[in-house]
Amino acid sequence: MKISFVLRESAGGLRRNLSMAISVILVTMISMYLLGLGLLANRQVDTMKDYWYDRVQVSVFLCVEGSQYPSCAGKATTQAQRDQIRTQLEQMRPPVKDIFYESQADAFKRFKEQFKNSPLGEQATERAFADSFRVSLTDAAKYDVIVSSFQGAPGVGRVQDQKQLLDRFFAFMNVVSWGAIALSGLMIVAAILLMSTTIRQTAFSRRRETGIMRLVGASNATIQLPFILETVVSSIVGSALALALLYATVHYGVSGYLSKALLDTAFIGTGDVFAIGPIILGGVIALASVTSWFTLRRYLRV
Amino acid sequence: MILFDQVTKTYPNAARPALDEVSMEVERGEFVFVVGQSGSGKSTLLRLALREERATRGTVLVAGRDLGSLPDRRVPLMRREIGTVFQDFRLLPGKTVYENVAFALQVIGKSRAVIRQTVPETLRVVGLSGKEKRFPHQLSGGEQQRVAIARAIVNKPTILLADEPTGNLDPATSDGIVSLLDRINRSGTTVMMATHDHSIVDNFAKRVVELAQGRIVRDQAEGVYGTSTSALPGEGETAADDTPTRTLRLPRLGRSTRDAGAAE
Repeated sequence: MKISFVLRESAGGLRRNLSMAISVILVTMISMYLLGLGLLANRQVDTMKDYWYDRVQVSVFLCVEGSQYPSCAGKATTQAQRDQIRTQLEQMRPPVKDIFYESQADAFKRFKEQFKNSPLGEQATERAFADSFRVSLTDAAKYDVIVSSFQGAPGVGRVQDQKQLLDRFFAFMNVVSWGAIALSGLMIVAAILLMSTTIRQTAFSRRRETGIMRLVGASNATIQLPFILETVVSSIVGSALALALLYATVHYGVSGYLSKALLDTAFIGTGDVFAIGPIILGGVIALASVTSWFTLRRYLRV
Repeated sequence: MILFDQVTKTYPNAARPALDEVSMEVERGEFVFVVGQSGSGKSTLLRLALREERATRGTVLVAGRDLGSLPDRRVPLMRREIGTVFQDFRLLPGKTVYENVAFALQVIGKSRAVIRQTVPETLRVVGLSGKEKRFPHQLSGGEQQRVAIARAIVNKPTILLADEPTGNLDPATSDGIVSLLDRINRSGTTVMMATHDHSIVDNFAKRVVELAQGRIVRDQAEGVYGTSTSALPGEGETAADDTPTRTLRLPRLGRSTRDAGAAE
């Protein structure tokens, strides 16, 4: 078998069958773009988890005058209760890492700042806020230790764990990313079927050549390799285009827009596109080779 | 060189076998006409020798290989020792004469130097020098068949199988083609040619194997086309009851089998 001959045959085949090659390229591109979006969304969830789990805090809200929580009995927390809670928190290191006291006035100010672009910020009154201890933990999963110690304790209105809020958000993000991956799965099935049809059609249109090659004793590799190469090259071009699109999406959409619009969270960067690049390319090469080999085994016998 | 030993070939869903217990041997350097009407099994015989089909029962030996036990991946190497020519030429319309012949060498990985030397030589042998740059549609039928023959012999095969090579040609052109095959045979290549062209068989006076309904009804050295056709048995009767052909066939088969045993 001569490599140069096989390469020439493949190039000729691609030229003669350009429309089929383009359809394989486009279907591969779209399916790999969807798969890439799914993978990137997954990585976004991971990035945010890393970012937020380091910052999640358990808030121990204290009572204010007129609090509705049963443990408050409608009275504000006394200074003695406040000191008691602080001492108790201090004794719990670890998992307690940092303790930060936020007064009602500070909480109100922070809320106003966070929602300065929203009507919520204007409508809020200081009375809706409470003093709280904000506790950061060495391990975000250990929040229930704090909950069990302080929920219902004298002077404590409520214990709130931010992680629970985040987890609901991450669950939603996970559904989105797996949804994209599932959709890409369907597109990949379409891509496989299209590759297989293309090869069958090409094999049929070149049955004269392949028939002669068989008769004069060309090896199976010589007969089949051009078909496999054509499919692999088309799908590599398709997935390279998909990666370029993903790069553009992340570069302009995420790095260029989202991360500037939403400053207080972490986003994936173009580095993540490079990280999933080999997975997508390798997967596509494997997919195209196996599909074409399998199709040829049925349609190009010795 | 080619040995069929009690070979039966039954195609799926066929009422009767295409070949029925066929035994024959073609020795190195022989020229054999295989004759018989359409559907008598001539093409099947050639397809079995090429291992395009496998025998249902019996043994097919070609160039020392048992095709029944030859694994698929060895088939290409075996086919390099066999040249094939067909009634419909099977040339590539987009390639020139030169390219069509060179194609057979390219696909088995011959170097450019070998191709540059062998292809013109072979075209000279088949009488097509000077027409290298023509395309198949610019050639007459006879010339196209010469290109096909050049492609079949360019790799210097030991066996040449020709399935009705003159089927699409007029008598004069046919004579030229068979003369060419005869010349190739004289240079040492074993030739097996299936045909139902009476005059060709009669003119060339070579060994004739006649098939009818999948059985050998005659095997005659320097035979003519039609002798036993009139004596062809009807349905149900077996050809072997036809005494003249039987006596002609059996001694020959016995001798060649013995020779083959000694040679191997």
